[in-house]
Amino acid sequence: MGKEIKAEENYNITKKKVRYTPRKKTPLKTYKELGFMSGLEVHQQLNTKEKLFCRCPAGLYSDFEDYDAEIIRHMRPTLSEMGTYDGTALMEFRTKKNITYRIKNETTCTYDVDDTPPFPINREAVDYAVQIALQLKLNIVGELHITRKQYLDGSIPTGFQRTAIIGIEGEIPLKKKKIKIIQLSIEEDSCREVSDIGHERIYQTDRLGVPLIETVTYPEMKTPDEVLEAAQYIRFLNRSSGKVRVGIGAGREDVNVSITGGTRVEIKGVSHNKWIPELTHNEAFRQKALLIIKDELNKRVPDTKKWEPTFKNVDFDVSDIGYEPIKNAMNDGWKLVACNLPEFKGILSHFLQPGKTFADEIEGRLKVIACLEKPNYVHSEDMNPVFNELLLNQRSKLLNCKKNDAQIVFWALQEDVQTACETIEERCRMAFEGVPNETRKALKDGTTIFERVLPGADRMYPDTDSAPIPIEDEYIEKQRKELPVDLDKRLEQMKEWQVPEDCYHYILRNNLVLEIERINRDFKINPKYLATTFAHNLKYIEGQLVPDVPFPYTKVYDMFKFINEKNLFFDIVKSILPIIYLHSQMEFESVLNSLEFENYKKEAILKNVSSLQSMFPKISKSKNPKAAEKWIMGNLRPIALGNIPLQELNKFVRKSLAEEGAK
Amino acid sequence: MIDIFKGYKGKAVEILKKFNIRVWSDTKVKTTRGDFSGIILPRSENDDDKHIVLKLVTGYNVGINVGTITDMKEIGYKEAHYKIPEREFPFTEGQPKVKLFGTGGTIASRLDYRTGAVIPAFSPGELYGAVPELADICNLETEKLFAVFSENMGPEQYKTLAIAIGKEIEKGIDGIIIGHGTDTLHHTAAALSFMIQNSPVPIILVGSQRSSDRPSSDAALNLTHAATAAAKSDIAEIMVCMFGPTSDEYGLLHQGTRVRKMHSSYRSTFRTIGDVPIATVTRDKITPIKQNYNRRRNDKKVTILPYFEEKVAMLYYYPNMQPDMIYSLIDNGYKGIIIAGTGLGHVNKPLYPAIRKCKELGIPIYMTVQTLWGYVHMFVYDTGRDLMNYGIIPAENMLPEVAIVKLSWALGQTNDPEKVRELMLTPIANEITKREPYNGYLVYQGGIPEVEEFIKKVRK
Repeated sequence: MGKEIKAEENYNITKKKVRYTPRKKTPLKTYKELGFMSGLEVHQQLNTKEKLFCRCPAGLYSDFEDYDAEIIRHMRPTLSEMGTYDGTALMEFRTKKNITYRIKNETTCTYDVDDTPPFPINREAVDYAVQIALQLKLNIVGELHITRKQYLDGSIPTGFQRTAIIGIEGEIPLKKKKIKIIQLSIEEDSCREVSDIGHERIYQTDRLGVPLIETVTYPEMKTPDEVLEAAQYIRFLNRSSGKVRVGIGAGREDVNVSITGGTRVEIKGVSHNKWIPELTHNEAFRQKALLIIKDELNKRVPDTKKWEPTFKNVDFDVSDIGYEPIKNAMNDGWKLVACNLPEFKGILSHFLQPGKTFADEIEGRLKVIACLEKPNYVHSEDMNPVFNELLLNQRSKLLNCKKNDAQIVFWALQEDVQTACETIEERCRMAFEGVPNETRKALKDGTTIFERVLPGADRMYPDTDSAPIPIEDEYIEKQRKELPVDLDKRLEQMKEWQVPEDCYHYILRNNLVLEIERINRDFKINPKYLATTFAHNLKYIEGQLVPDVPFPYTKVYDMFKFINEKNLFFDIVKSILPIIYLHSQMEFESVLNSLEFENYKKEAILKNVSSLQSMFPKISKSKNPKAAEKWIMGNLRPIALGNIPLQELNKFVRKSLAEEGAK
Repeated sequence: MIDIFKGYKGKAVEILKKFNIRVWSDTKVKTTRGDFSGIILPRSENDDDKHIVLKLVTGYNVGINVGTITDMKEIGYKEAHYKIPEREFPFTEGQPKVKLFGTGGTIASRLDYRTGAVIPAFSPGELYGAVPELADICNLETEKLFAVFSENMGPEQYKTLAIAIGKEIEKGIDGIIIGHGTDTLHHTAAALSFMIQNSPVPIILVGSQRSSDRPSSDAALNLTHAATAAAKSDIAEIMVCMFGPTSDEYGLLHQGTRVRKMHSSYRSTFRTIGDVPIATVTRDKITPIKQNYNRRRNDKKVTILPYFEEKVAMLYYYPNMQPDMIYSLIDNGYKGIIIAGTGLGHVNKPLYPAIRKCKELGIPIYMTVQTLWGYVHMFVYDTGRDLMNYGIIPAENMLPEVAIVKLSWALGQTNDPEKVRELMLTPIANEITKREPYNGYLVYQGGIPEVEEFIKKVRK
């Protein structure tokens, strides 16, 4: 074995070599230089009563531990329509997972567990999907063809997702450019994963089958911020239809990223749009780092065909190894395997993402493909080395290591050893090629880990259980009548109302333009005021308080209705809002009581001004001319609130004080 | 002539001809709803003539309304070949030799553009390509006898199968598997149970409830279980091998005369009725549930009785059934009738004259029960005694489908009512049993606390 490599030092050196910068410090031109390209797949559940292909209720979730039965299944790859096997399918077959489904009787039927063919498609879902497709200005297909999209991870008990294209080729406007849409499809949602440990994966079937639309854009976004903007636009557009579900998990994004010389990598399951810029930024640099590794390896090994890792069963005394995972593995009778990677010195600790190196790529694949739980291996470039020099030397003799090599030791059940060796070799060979085609899981910190090989068009197969569904012109026209105002029209409307720009996001996100319109129409209240009431006052409250039940935005309409009926003035809104936000079931009369509100006539309030004014000099010696005004307002506020506009009262007080001064 | 418009007809063919486009063309289509491009796929014959099917580059299929098409242009051509990869089935010295007869069905299948459904695919190479585990269990030979869906199986197929199996046994095969569609799997199992007697080796009928073009198919596991049972078990009976629970856990070996399809789509659809299954089977192990079955023998002796009378009918009794139902059978030359009666084996009075007429004409009528579970008991009520007087013969606890198969088989050998009676009432393969085990009848009902508890614990 060669000289011990200083892993952390190498990580920092290679990080510099990649010229990684934090996103906020990265100028736009960097993305141009990288050749950054990104496209989106936006998933959004539809707010239907029932699931897509059966009559189970949609949107009913239960706790992971609350289930009535379990079913166990395995998946096998099958041929695509074009007569080929899909790469992902084959990878997932290698992983040999036992898949257990937890079933709750009220949300799962024999269709869900693949013991009954599909029922006719839920027309309510098709209506909603067509309406949203029309909003995106897509070319609507003449016939829906239900297609099976293979998923061998078990997330759908059939092994495929039933899906159909509703329309293709549309566009959405961003601030500075237009982004083209590839397609919008309707599909059934998958199971929720409970756990995935070793060879056992567990799913909950309540979400399975809930109707979903997927909107796919062309890879035309050129910066992380543009990706976010497009994601927001599509999300707002979906929500503006009023036909989609909201809440945790109801909208999810897959983000595709590539750079010049790289490959399309799909980041899956991004549940918060705000994560998108960081994730795409880091993925671009990960690809750049992989391209640097590729060049380096090809320089070191000009003939890659001759590159060959070696694997050896290690049987050395581990009594002096304090490392718990290995000790436990040996106690359980697992195999310990050492592997030499020729010319890989400095690669394992090469920077790829903040806090992650090339070694993490191997670790991720060992977990997913070979079912080895983390930590699943140690290597010669660990940040915190496990083995001492002596043991390393023993190992290196065993493997006949050279000084430019790197080494890995992993532990696994005998039956998993071969897959693990293949996985390590496969990933290292890919390093000579550059960026592997894969899907990666988004993590909160903006980095990603390996999820599976990227599936292709090969995993599609026509659904032999269902006939095509014609979409006639008359039907389309009928759906067109159901459409809400276009999103760009909504934006225009807000501009017209002179709503401050910082309100747009909140209002669109919560689909509140309709609410503002409704309140304005019925009570003639200034829309700009309403917009800030929502996007400033209510948003602030949301950040401060936690309500008993989710707050229904329609409650704001009720509040203004009540204020209108009672002839109250709007100053009281700021006091009412936090109360109804916390207790949306509370009646408005009770809200007023809790504010100790009483009705006073304007004259009765104003009458107090002169007596307070004469009282002030007796209690205060302040020379500040504003002091009297402040004190009087403070005293009158509790009775004035809602009964008289505070501004008007203030004006009156000031005038009265001024008149006194003049005397 | 090669059909270049596979499945298209009427308006759809007109438009394809107009723009000179054939199936498998990579085509750009202009429509009033916008532009589409992709490969033109064949269309199912049963679908309408108003749409053309396109496979988009993303792999999705969509239909284009021909009325909206304004232009089409071929820019390429890509014909698909749907084929399960064939790999030569390896021979392993010392492993049992098993023969697999194909009759059709979903054990192995592929896409059929003509109907849009799946059609059977079958060869040792294809099977090995799809289920390589088989090679670890036995040396497999296959022979495709027919390619029909199970509803099209009939007397001719039963006879051909029985004779072919007889020949294999005489040649010294270690076990037989028959791949079969599931709808009438139990009819064929019953027919073979009477036509093949005294077999020295296991004969296993197997199918699948989820076709093998699905990742979640039960075909591979069923086939693996069947191969294990055929190659390694010592149970020399004619049996059906299908899923025990709906989970991928174990299969059940059911006696061919006591098994019935009980659910239109469940994996665990086949159940033994009026008895318990013979054994459970996993990839490595057969665990007998019953002990009194015929054991495997080393000789190559078997009796093949390939007889079948086609003019036999079954009446499923319903209240107010009229005698003309039976008269029309008489008029049409039927030679035997099975009635599935209510309760212990009853029908209404208006049928009596017709039943008497059958006796006069020597047309045997056998009584079975709609309840499926339990015996015919015609002494309990007067009705039953009357019916027996008029010539109806109780068929004990023979299942209705089994009774019609057996009567056809008996009448195929003789018309003498007494001889037929003897054949019918002498058990050959447990189609009539002397006793019903107390744990045979278990109809579990969801919602009952103990059943819910059971389902939660056991992966049913």
